[in-house]
Amino acid sequence: MPNTDTLQPQSAAKSSIFDDSLGGWRKAKDRLANFTITAGGMAVLLAILLIFFYLLYEIIPLFKSASLKPVSSYSLEDSRGAGSEPLYLAMEEQAEVAVQLRSNGQIDFFAANSGKTVKQFQLPLTAELTAFSLHSEQQPLLAMATGGDVLLAKPVYKISYPNDKRLITPQIEYPYGEEGISVSEGTINKIAVRDTEEQLLLLAEVGGQLEGIRLVKEEDFLTEEILLEEEILNLPEIDINIEWLLVGPDQRWGYVVSKRGDYRVINLNSEEIVDSGRLIAKGQVTNVRFLLGEISLMISSDQGEIQQWFMVRADGEPPRLQNIRSFQGSDSAIKLTAPEHRRKGFLAVDSDNTLAVYHTTSGRQLLSQSIADASSNITQLAISPRAKALLTQNEKGEFSYWKLDNEHPEVSWQALWEKVWYESYPEPDYIWQSSASNNDFEAKYSFTPLAFGTLKAAFYAMLIATPLALCGAIYTAYFMTPVVRRKVKPLIELMEALPTVILGFLAGLWLAPFIEKNLPGVFSIFLLMPVGVLLFGFCWSRLPDSLRLRVPDGWHAVLLIPVVMFIAWACVAASGNLELLFFGGDMRAWLTYDLGVSYDQRNAMVVGVAMGFAVVPTIFSIAEDAIFSVPKSLSYGSLALGATPWQTLVGVVIPTASPGIFSALMIGMGRAVGETMIVLMATGNTPVMDANIFEGMRTLAANIAVEIGETEVDSSHYRVLFLAAFVLFLFTFVVNTIAEIVRQSLRKKYGSL
Amino acid sequence: MTLDKDKKLSVRDWVRNGDPFIWINAAAVSISVVAVIGILVLLAVRGFGHFWPSNVLEANYAQPGLAAQRIMGEIVETESIPLEQLLSAGVKIETDKAFVDRTLIKQGNRDVTGTDFVWVIEDFIGDRKYPEAIMTIERREWGNFYGYLLGVKEQGQPVQTDDNWAEFQRRIERALDLHGQIEGIEKGAIGAINYELERLRLSERGLDLNKGLSSAERATRMADINADRAVLDQEYSVLQKQLAELYQQINRDSITAKAINGAEVEIQLAMVVHANQPNGMGLGEKAFAYLLKFWEFLTDEPREANTEGGIFPAIFGTVMMVLLMSVMVTPFGVVAAVYLREYAKQGVLTRTVRIAVNNLAGVPSIVYGVFGLGFFIYFLGAEIDRVLFEAALPAPTFGTPGLLWASLTLALLTLPVVIVATEEGLARIPRALREGSLALGATKAETLWRVVLPMASPAMMTGLILAVARAAGEVAPLMLVGVVKLAPSLPVDANYPYLHLDQKFMHLGFHIYDVGFQSPNVEAARPLVYATALLLVVIIALLNFSAVALRNHLREKYKSLEM
Repeated sequence: MPNTDTLQPQSAAKSSIFDDSLGGWRKAKDRLANFTITAGGMAVLLAILLIFFYLLYEIIPLFKSASLKPVSSYSLEDSRGAGSEPLYLAMEEQAEVAVQLRSNGQIDFFAANSGKTVKQFQLPLTAELTAFSLHSEQQPLLAMATGGDVLLAKPVYKISYPNDKRLITPQIEYPYGEEGISVSEGTINKIAVRDTEEQLLLLAEVGGQLEGIRLVKEEDFLTEEILLEEEILNLPEIDINIEWLLVGPDQRWGYVVSKRGDYRVINLNSEEIVDSGRLIAKGQVTNVRFLLGEISLMISSDQGEIQQWFMVRADGEPPRLQNIRSFQGSDSAIKLTAPEHRRKGFLAVDSDNTLAVYHTTSGRQLLSQSIADASSNITQLAISPRAKALLTQNEKGEFSYWKLDNEHPEVSWQALWEKVWYESYPEPDYIWQSSASNNDFEAKYSFTPLAFGTLKAAFYAMLIATPLALCGAIYTAYFMTPVVRRKVKPLIELMEALPTVILGFLAGLWLAPFIEKNLPGVFSIFLLMPVGVLLFGFCWSRLPDSLRLRVPDGWHAVLLIPVVMFIAWACVAASGNLELLFFGGDMRAWLTYDLGVSYDQRNAMVVGVAMGFAVVPTIFSIAEDAIFSVPKSLSYGSLALGATPWQTLVGVVIPTASPGIFSALMIGMGRAVGETMIVLMATGNTPVMDANIFEGMRTLAANIAVEIGETEVDSSHYRVLFLAAFVLFLFTFVVNTIAEIVRQSLRKKYGSL
Repeated sequence: MTLDKDKKLSVRDWVRNGDPFIWINAAAVSISVVAVIGILVLLAVRGFGHFWPSNVLEANYAQPGLAAQRIMGEIVETESIPLEQLLSAGVKIETDKAFVDRTLIKQGNRDVTGTDFVWVIEDFIGDRKYPEAIMTIERREWGNFYGYLLGVKEQGQPVQTDDNWAEFQRRIERALDLHGQIEGIEKGAIGAINYELERLRLSERGLDLNKGLSSAERATRMADINADRAVLDQEYSVLQKQLAELYQQINRDSITAKAINGAEVEIQLAMVVHANQPNGMGLGEKAFAYLLKFWEFLTDEPREANTEGGIFPAIFGTVMMVLLMSVMVTPFGVVAAVYLREYAKQGVLTRTVRIAVNNLAGVPSIVYGVFGLGFFIYFLGAEIDRVLFEAALPAPTFGTPGLLWASLTLALLTLPVVIVATEEGLARIPRALREGSLALGATKAETLWRVVLPMASPAMMTGLILAVARAAGEVAPLMLVGVVKLAPSLPVDANYPYLHLDQKFMHLGFHIYDVGFQSPNVEAARPLVYATALLLVVIIALLNFSAVALRNHLREKYKSLEM
């Protein structure tokens, strides 16, 4: 039908007749109009495509792999360090200056991309280093042992701007003095250090056993000087060959690992071994390092595998070291690993000189690239704090400077939708927690709780809305007298125009406390309303005809208005008594203590009712149209054959209108899924996964509204929120398209009747 | 039929008839209608009730186990709760009733008592009275004050007068007048000077950035800027002096008043908005006070973190945003509808566009907000800043949420509404009219312009009104693209270029969300939120009804043309 009354462009024959009368100006105007309008129409299509592609453009970087480009290669000009081992290589924040520590105690600062010497230091050491360890990537405190003494030094960078150009001046600080701390009588072979605000802990392996001291910092309240009080740790005997020695961040756990892969975990407070076992089944361990945050141990093996382990405390059991996940790049032995400084990612180089970039939370391998030929053996690897640059050194002492592009390693399909075992959690779980106050935070971007919350809210809303809207539509379209229908329809449709912020505000500030206070009353409304209405209907049919026939057919709804109001009022009024009678005076307490169901004031029930009322008009209006447009001839035919009106409705009208009803439900569903303000205001917005009707949720839409204002533009979090918007867009797109196609097919089917 | 007349229906027949289902269906309609009307009534009662100057109760409150005290305040609501809940909350109460009534009293005097609101148990209230001398003072800070007037002071010295109340009222008038002058200077004149100074700073920065400028030219322009700046500084110091004088004058008067707990409080008249004695007011006086407060609500600026005062900036911001949006959405919507209905070949492409338009209507509004934030603000806006507003960088001009982007986002959001309504209007115009016009030799564009569009104009209006109604109520996308809880100035003012498209603005819907959910004192703010919500509903309902009326009118008009 709509196609027929459209005008097609004029035919050529017609225009030839009028050619003379059409002045050039008029023709031009006509052409211009033609062009403008076509362009305008196309622009609308373009706008829709633009939304789609812009969202896509923002989220594609999330799934891109990393890339690595060589920038320069060089050897250091100065070869003073010849004959000594390089121990430590790092870069400062801007990746301009690199630092290298050698075993003779020499520290070189040089330009990271050219090798030009910036500054050189010689540490005040008496002999060659016997052991070295790094505190952490973020806090590069270097612990260097010569014999039984440990010197602590820290490279720091002073930034100044002479002539508006950045100048980085490196320095060495000695936070615990230049003399060194005496830890042991013997020679230290391995050392581990952990420094906190309150105390410094040094753990050393001397002659195959552990020794350790703890220096407790106390502030002299007169001079404000820091005084160190030494405690000697009384550590248990270790029955494995200690190859790696590490101390956890709060100085609670000490880890020792042997080459074979045996490990012992020592509780440094109680000074006993709490866990022991073996890390790898076959082969040998080649490297053990902490991931950012010092919670996870990254164990690399000569089989090419890298495993992540951390201490897990299951319910009621003592904490144990557990294998969380493994990464397998190739079968070659892993030679070097380097954790990122700001994220839970790390790099690994294997014996074939292939560099691989991983991220633990997302379980992604972002890159695998050969960085040197087999002849040159990579011995040192450093990543800049912002993870933008890499520096490698081979055994000949040559450096290579690389540019790394790895913007968004945190997101993968698995991290978004599957259970992920996050650090310090007892088991894999779905968690959404996008930010925290500390720097070494593991971002948890699981969409599952948000999608669950979205569907939960939509489900409860549809639970309320579907019966109300469909029954209402059926009655209004089929039974109601036209006089009433003309009043009722606009009234319910007015509700569609009611801003959702108002519904949300009423739900949060009026309905939520109201339901909480009158919980038994509200439940009895749900139960008694149908019963009461039926009772009234039955009594009505028993009324003498003289009274009954005074109200014409199709006025049921009007008759019921006082009934509905009375039932609602009676239920609420009786709420207190019901509560007293059945729930000991307090249904909330009864739910919590007797049933063990937790109750939030702003919960799924509140959202269900509020959002239910928001989608009622949408569903009602479309379903009503569908039922009303079922050709009258069909129902007359049925009635003429002796069917009752109800039989006609169920047997003829509803099946005919069912595609329309279906599309009404789909569109209502789409609206419930995308609704933001009601959910934002009527739930606690906690991303929990619980089907409990008395608990809140956080939906995708509300999550975007809450978080997008606080994210950094183009960060992973920002793009993840765009992804959430894209998911919503796609969902409603699919739902609406289905609904539209179904509706069009319905129109085609009954257009001829 | 006559035989069946007295026969009663059995339950079984009744069910078989399908009657119960019909009743259930009817009930669904009744429930929906009751709910819609209920919501409107709830908003109306709470919203309108807020401005009525209610009587102030003074009573004795003796809770067992605690010292008896006098209480004073407005009664907000009374509810009955099961005794158990009170007992479990630790209230000592001896009664054989199962339910106890408790009353929420707005006692005000936040500076004296710490809390505005207090729940009291009805059973313990005694000696209720409503003395006429109790006064309610609405203050600019600390909320309402309830108490007795003791005396009026000038420069700290008591004023001798036989009618303290009249004297007080006289001096309030004066203080309000001075307050208006201060506002005028601070917001108007000084605001304009600051705006000019900022413009000078930007042009100076622009000179720095302009590398092609010769040093001589630069020096002359700098001299101009400095001269302008000197003039402005001069004006500023004059205004500053005036302000200091006004402040001295406004701080001249104060009153002493006694709160119910016996504390004597001194209140500066500069802090007083209104004072009245509601217990002594007649119905007429109350109605007058009511209208006054309602007017104030519509025209004043918000105070105390939006929990008191008016909502004028929010109304103004909403109207501005909606106007701009209409200017943007109407041409595009109409052109697109004309294309779909009059120009496009009805094929797959048109069908796709139609489905796309319908889809656009179903996309959640927050997605538009995200798109607006990313595309308009961080992409387009940042680009505009880089090219046109280089001098202001790194402070963004258009690269930050603002009025323009909010309007544009909502224009996109409401585009389908306008398209669908216009298309419907075009479809209703009989084909014969177009053919007639074409047959008379008009071109297609002329037919469109002279015949089709005028006849479809009511439909376009309907579309636009519906779009405006939708835009006025939308909040989620606006939160991302330009709405703030408190805008320092209106987007339209006396400073060139008068309409500030880059400014952030306030919005009624967001005001509801913000005051209701982000405010530190929700209880005190609640009546205001109801009033704001009511205002928004009234605006939107009026817009919708006019759209419906227009649509019906249109249908009537062309009914006779259809065959």
